[in-house]
Amino acid sequence: MSTQIAAITNVKTGVIDEAVYEHPFIVRLCHWVNALALLVMVFSGLQIFRAFPSFGAKIPQKDLLHWPKAYALGGWLGGGLQWHLTFMWIYIGTGLLYLNYEIFSRNYKQVLFMPRDIRGVWPMVHHYFFFGPKPYVREAYNPLQKLAYTSAIVLGILSVLTGLAIWKPVQFSWLAWLMGGFRWARLWHFAVMWAILAFLFGHLVMVVLHGWNNFVSMLTGWKKDPEYL
Amino acid sequence: MNLRTDSRQFKRINRRELLKLSPVLALGAFAIPKLQKPLLKTGLAFSDWASARLFRSGHLAPTFDDSELTPFARFPINDYDVDDPGVDLDNWTLTVSGAVQKPGDYTLAQIQTLPKFRQNTRHVCIEGWDVIGRFGGARLADFLNMIGADPAARFITVQCADDYYESLDMATARHPQSLLCYEMYDQPLTREHGAPLRLNIPTKIGYKQAKYLTDLKVSHVLEKAGYWEDQGYSEFYGL
Repeated sequence: MSTQIAAITNVKTGVIDEAVYEHPFIVRLCHWVNALALLVMVFSGLQIFRAFPSFGAKIPQKDLLHWPKAYALGGWLGGGLQWHLTFMWIYIGTGLLYLNYEIFSRNYKQVLFMPRDIRGVWPMVHHYFFFGPKPYVREAYNPLQKLAYTSAIVLGILSVLTGLAIWKPVQFSWLAWLMGGFRWARLWHFAVMWAILAFLFGHLVMVVLHGWNNFVSMLTGWKKDPEYL
Repeated sequence: MNLRTDSRQFKRINRRELLKLSPVLALGAFAIPKLQKPLLKTGLAFSDWASARLFRSGHLAPTFDDSELTPFARFPINDYDVDDPGVDLDNWTLTVSGAVQKPGDYTLAQIQTLPKFRQNTRHVCIEGWDVIGRFGGARLADFLNMIGADPAARFITVQCADDYYESLDMATARHPQSLLCYEMYDQPLTREHGAPLRLNIPTKIGYKQAKYLTDLKVSHVLEKAGYWEDQGYSEFYGL
């Protein structure tokens, strides 16, 4: 798939701007549906967690943390489960649609972190966090972005696998076993959620800091004035 | 591929691309109070349908060594109502009805003539905790044969001394690890754990493990799914 580039003549000034079609429709659709589904999964998941906020024995029970009811979806355990067991299909569905699309359209090259990207990570970290010089970027995503997005995809897959292990610890007993048993699978599921939230936090910070064009491109597909053209 | 355009037309292109995302707004239906309940009910029903497809009759729940058992004193006693509904153990019978050849009252001694099975299996509560217990009793499948249950019947429902009620799909009821349980930790059931007879279904979630059974009905249609199911929990909840 060749990248679509637009040269846009400003009707008032005559200045020519450039734009790149970065995000195909399927990717944008999956991004936003999945983002909403993720929020529902997090807050209904926390409702479920509230019913037994521990990863050890029931007797004696040692709670890990008290999560306030106001920040949980569903009203009670049964309600939380209804949201969780409904939106997991939307979450998984958009995830699978996205992965299939990326693989078959070869669009994954844009986002997949490859070994050759490793040496580009440090310069980006240096630039973002230690005021280092801005590295020259040749692609839609810089190596640090690729690392972050690839991690997010892996975390998404892990969230589904750990979830399956605790939803179906008998039918998928091998999955629960791989994770160290049922209780560990619950803990992994919980840990993966926090890792996804950590990604989401960084993602939102970057969008706010210098991502207006990035944000628009996830809505319309077109990114104006891309620095790599 | 290159596109030459002007800023006015580019705006139109962008607007069109943005509008393509409008299907995302369909999710807003979940925010409409009138639609929310039926939508979530449909989602839960879909999950139950998928659960039933994932269930494999020949697949056994993991079993554990005696060393991995949760001590009996730390096996939680969970009720929706009372710990001990005051069952008259001397005169207790299990009343069988529905699509069976031999309906009537069955004594514990009759049930105990069936081969006894013991298993160390995990009991998973919907709240998230789990314990590993030792259970003993007759296979529900053997009992269904004893009472001449209609092979075409699809559900069993049980009634309990504390007014609790539960149901099982027939595939689960006939699973080799599904027990009419009268022993825990090699001792007769205590009253708090459901004396004299309870369900032990290692392929199901905890609230399906009904205690103090009084009635068992075999049926073709599901009349009552269960107490917690009626509050909004999953009907199938297979593990």
